[in-house]
Amino acid sequence: MSQIQDMKKEYSKMVEELSPKSNLLRDSARAFWVGGLICAIGQLITNIIKSFGYNHDEASMLTTIILVFLGIILTGLDIYDSLGKYAGAGTVVPITGFANSIVSPAIEYKKEGYVFGVGAKMFTIAGPVLVYGTIASVAVGIVHYFFK
Amino acid sequence: MEYIKAFIVGGAICVIGQILIDKTKLMSGRILVLFVVLGAVLHGIGLYEPLVNFAGAGATVPLPGFGYSLAKGAMEEVDKMGLKGAFTGGIKSTAAGITAAIVFAYLAALIFNPKAKD
Repeated sequence: MSQIQDMKKEYSKMVEELSPKSNLLRDSARAFWVGGLICAIGQLITNIIKSFGYNHDEASMLTTIILVFLGIILTGLDIYDSLGKYAGAGTVVPITGFANSIVSPAIEYKKEGYVFGVGAKMFTIAGPVLVYGTIASVAVGIVHYFFK
Repeated sequence: MEYIKAFIVGGAICVIGQILIDKTKLMSGRILVLFVVLGAVLHGIGLYEPLVNFAGAGATVPLPGFGYSLAKGAMEEVDKMGLKGAFTGGIKSTAAGITAAIVFAYLAALIFNPKAKD
């Protein structure tokens, strides 16, 4: 048993030595400005929609739709993933990244057909997000009912 | 000022994600799950709403904002119609984003082809 443990330790040491050194400070700076910029663009879209007389909730909803649309178009044009190589979490964490996680496998698995390729693979990452997000919202709702 | 607040708070949330990616070897999918649940729980205990009021899109555009939206919808529906609201409010309040993502992604899959592997 201990021999296996030792081998595992050695292996993870090897992996650590061989994997490219990530520069946390540089990665964080890139994620910060790109992610921040996407949010500022979201704010700009919200403000423009509000200036047409929509209320706050309507404006947020339309902003989400527009950002999702932009994320998907930019993914289709192969721009979003190139940006992602530079910005890391700066492109993953915003809602545009959620849209990217849906459309990337949808395009990628197109050759497996429109039902089990596009239709199913769309939710490779979005599926877990929706499952745990929905369960969390139900839990929060129930707790709110008993403890409000 | 609004834009600076959105930029800084949104950027900071992404940096937290970046630190998790670099330091914990978590795949980005797991980070999305974590952030959505975190946003829902933080709203449940009343901590996310103040951030939304302060930073606007800086708090609603990152994925914790999606969790916030889910939890907010569930809580509002519970206030309106009792316990069954917990089962309707979450998805209802996020329906636009989810539907847009499904419809646009499907259309994109019709239009675009996978890029050649390099």
